[in-house]
Amino acid sequence: MKIGWYKHTRPGNITICATAITILLTAAAMLSFRNGDDKYKSWNELKALTARYSLVSENAFMQVYKVLMSPRCMNCHPSGDVPLNGDDNHLHPQGVKRGEDGKGLYALKCTNCHQTQNTPGLNMPPGTTEEWHLPPANMKMVFQGKTAHELATQLKDTNQNGGKSPHDMLEHVKTDLVKWGWKPGDGRTTPPLSYAVFTKQWNLWINSGAVAPAAREKLAK
Amino acid sequence: MSNTLSRRRFIQAGGTITGGLLISFFIPAGAKKLGDLPAGNTMFAPNAFLNILTDNNVKIVLSHVEMGQGIWTTLPMLIAEELDCDWNKVTVEHAPPGQPFVHTVYGIQITGGSSSTWSEFDRYRNAGATARAMLIEAGAKKMNVDTANCRTEKGFVIAGDKRISYGELTEAAGKLPPPANVTLKDKKDWQYLGKPTKRLDAKAKVNGQAAFGLDVYFPGMLTAVVAHAPVFGGTVRSFDATAAKTVKGVREVIKIPTGIAVIADHFWAAKKARDVLKIEWNNGPGENFSTAGLFESYKKLAAAKGIPAGNAGNVDTALPATKKQLNATYQFPYLAHAPMEPLNCTVKLDANSCEIWTGTQLPMHDQAVAAKILGFKPDQVKINIQFLGGGFGRRATPTSDFVAEAVEIARASKKFIKLVWSREDDIRGGYYRPAFLHQVNIGIGENGLPAAWKHTLVGQSIFKGTPFEGWMKDGIDNTAVEGVNDSPYLQSVPNYNIDLHLPTAPVSVLWWRSVGHTHTAFVMETLIDELAHEAGQDPVAYRRALLKSKRHLDVLNLVAEKSGWNDPLPAGRFRGIAVHESFASFVAQVAEISIEQGHLKVHRVVCAIDCGLAINPEGVRAQMESGIIFGLTAVLYGDITLEKGRVKQRNFHDYKMLRMNETPLMEIHIADSTEKMGGAGEPGVPPLAPAIANAIFAATGKRVRRLPLERSMLNA
Amino acid sequence: MIKLTVNGQPYTVDVEPTMPLLWVIRDVLHLTGTKYGCGMAQCGACTVHLNGDAVRSCVTPVKRAENQTIITIEGLSTDVTHPLQQAWIAEDVPQCGYCQSGQLMAAAVLLKEKPNPTDQDIDDAMSGNICRCGTYQRVRKAIHHAASLQKQGGTQ
Repeated sequence: MKIGWYKHTRPGNITICATAITILLTAAAMLSFRNGDDKYKSWNELKALTARYSLVSENAFMQVYKVLMSPRCMNCHPSGDVPLNGDDNHLHPQGVKRGEDGKGLYALKCTNCHQTQNTPGLNMPPGTTEEWHLPPANMKMVFQGKTAHELATQLKDTNQNGGKSPHDMLEHVKTDLVKWGWKPGDGRTTPPLSYAVFTKQWNLWINSGAVAPAAREKLAK
Repeated sequence: MSNTLSRRRFIQAGGTITGGLLISFFIPAGAKKLGDLPAGNTMFAPNAFLNILTDNNVKIVLSHVEMGQGIWTTLPMLIAEELDCDWNKVTVEHAPPGQPFVHTVYGIQITGGSSSTWSEFDRYRNAGATARAMLIEAGAKKMNVDTANCRTEKGFVIAGDKRISYGELTEAAGKLPPPANVTLKDKKDWQYLGKPTKRLDAKAKVNGQAAFGLDVYFPGMLTAVVAHAPVFGGTVRSFDATAAKTVKGVREVIKIPTGIAVIADHFWAAKKARDVLKIEWNNGPGENFSTAGLFESYKKLAAAKGIPAGNAGNVDTALPATKKQLNATYQFPYLAHAPMEPLNCTVKLDANSCEIWTGTQLPMHDQAVAAKILGFKPDQVKINIQFLGGGFGRRATPTSDFVAEAVEIARASKKFIKLVWSREDDIRGGYYRPAFLHQVNIGIGENGLPAAWKHTLVGQSIFKGTPFEGWMKDGIDNTAVEGVNDSPYLQSVPNYNIDLHLPTAPVSVLWWRSVGHTHTAFVMETLIDELAHEAGQDPVAYRRALLKSKRHLDVLNLVAEKSGWNDPLPAGRFRGIAVHESFASFVAQVAEISIEQGHLKVHRVVCAIDCGLAINPEGVRAQMESGIIFGLTAVLYGDITLEKGRVKQRNFHDYKMLRMNETPLMEIHIADSTEKMGGAGEPGVPPLAPAIANAIFAATGKRVRRLPLERSMLNA
Repeated sequence: MIKLTVNGQPYTVDVEPTMPLLWVIRDVLHLTGTKYGCGMAQCGACTVHLNGDAVRSCVTPVKRAENQTIITIEGLSTDVTHPLQQAWIAEDVPQCGYCQSGQLMAAAVLLKEKPNPTDQDIDDAMSGNICRCGTYQRVRKAIHHAASLQKQGGTQ
């Protein structure tokens, strides 16, 4: 039903409509959901919300998606086994590889260079209190090359997301490794949304049923 | 650091001296003291190049410096061969600056031009043979036998069943006059020369003990770093060191001719303080310089008449007469040497003497420059040469830049300092392979061979305006045209003309491993490949048709055979070939490549060299491998660009080096040759880039006209 | 004051906690086998073992190494008997030699974690160490050589 509605609407209008609806529904959605609820134990439980808040959820994810696909996030979620560097997402030099545990290989483990804080200076290895790493080989959580639909679906799939429940996901964005994206060290750009806006949209996405945008995204392209 | 007697004096005197002397310098933390003599040891020093000690150890003094090329092993082989000493008792040290160590051909004390082995082939063998003759004479006397009945083996003079070690003969031999003439061994009797020999410096280079310039340390010594002008030719207008001086460990901040020097307890403090220095610079005219503008001006210049640098026939009439023509313009960037050990120099200055520790390819020149700055005579300046953590030409500069800078700091601060350049200083600090532009117009004859060849080169001279200017002839800096004006192909072209432009630019330029051949070989070998394709001929067959030089042909044939030139390649693989003479050696290479998703992968490089007699074939092989990697690095990544007078590149993240995962399989074949000896350090570099470019043509049909490779070349 | 253990030797150094371990090792402890090449973890010349991992000491704050186990090239073996050192000599690996301390320290971690490394393993372990002399092919050979020495009952 919704798909049909989108199809007949020009993209410029979608944004305006969607934004308005988002704003209207956000407050309601945020009020009605609390992290402690049983429904955050599994992605299936969330499905019940989908019917009511699908549009809100999709919109929220499209915002989230912009952040996830920005270099600070995507570079450590590559499609291959080599992390990416820079705003042009070039392959990490030095032949660095993921390794089984996502922590690098042999003499090229992530923390051999990446410290528990950003090393000052341009083009110096970034770091944060949490051990620097990629997703492990058996749970690659690829962002690179994924459509919003694919990425959202993957994020909800406990076989692909490290067994994370909605609640775990809500907690995940509070980790230092995620927060690092907004304090990435000298000379690096930050994601297109502020951390506060990102987490708000992230929470909203999940709170409103964690809908994987489908047609919406096709139009956005 | 005790130095009871100048080694130079003692070397010139020859004879025997008792007691600990020589230069002994302190290497910290359990490292060995190099160069000191155990107490009570007597020494036989028949000439400047070797000393024999009573404990049978043989010290060999190197007139050339070790920077990776393996001369630490090759020159001792020459002496050991004629001396018949025990190879396991050979120790080696660098010579100080001194007349006895002046290059036998170049007339200055220099390590460069891939010349160390061939230029010392006779001198070092003679040094060994002379010593051996004196030891035999002393031994014969001691054993009461005729010298004719004596032979030598592994450090002993032997007569029948009597034998006496060289060590026991040092004192007696030292009293003998050196023989006027000695006979060198026949080649068939060689036990060391021509045999693959392991490096004598390997052990010290795998346990951290090898002492490079950067490793010099003495108690009380401080570290200096310098903030250099961001623009070539810039000077300090004013500076504020208030913040810098608050950095813990900083001792002094001073102005010197090349910038602002920060002196601190250690490098880290000095560098941190340098980062917070506030400096106003007078940028000067260099401020408007850019490499993009440079190439534009070079293109214009190429249309004008330059310095004649070679010609035959009449190209002006012959070229228009040809039916088919090939016109090409090539562009080559500035390149930094980037030796792994950043430049450094330690200086201890007293009222009447100066002692320097550094790795340098030009010891005597550096000594003279230091002496001039200080108002000293050269012999008041002592230089202790350390291992060089790579040279590639960068440690031989006409201004002795890093030595002069360290001396200036020591003079101004009156402190015992080690100057350390950061990697950024190195990449941005000037002395680059000059940027070059070639414009070539070729008229192709009916037979497909070039009938007329007009070649214009534009690039800065390395010699002009430097103390080496005397090496120019008729206004020509041969380092700009070598590889073109002596091209074996042009000898087969009836009409050619070479025109040279040597413009000036604010950027300082220098020899960079294989010098002019870095660009001339590329132009000649890619053009010949192109002409072969135009003629519908196999590139090897076409070269054979043009080449008259046997040595070029020999290595060409050898590499074609060893690479399986005529064998089919797996799908997706392509190959290219190049052959080039440089530094009196002849090298041909075949590169096998594939292009995957816009990335060049070099799978295999087969290399054939004719360097005449290979004294240490293992060393020659190593140098070919080294040259291939050096050449490939330049093809893929080498690029120093300037905008608004400033070098854009900074460190290894944007001035990239080839790495292990990009390294091709390399197969080196040394031609069995009795021809004149040539070099090995550089000749492996020039053919690599054109071999790659020719392989890229085979893969994509595109001709590479500028380096480094652009991504667009690889999108088939 | 920061307490360090380098090659089994205890040291106490009075330096800023953010000072890179490289400069503490070189300029304070005067163990100069560990080299400075780039200062930004690009070249690997400064590689040392920190609790068995091949860290780039030029970007490692000394504080991270406090009370941890540090091994430098001087501590790889006391008498040049480590299989890698023997193999490096046998294969004539070093040229200028400046990067080789770092190459060896990186290779030592590889051999420890993968006693029989493939060429791919060598690429994956060693591509962080730049050698301007281009000794890579010999480094590769020497690692294979050392692996066989190790198997024959070499040390480590």
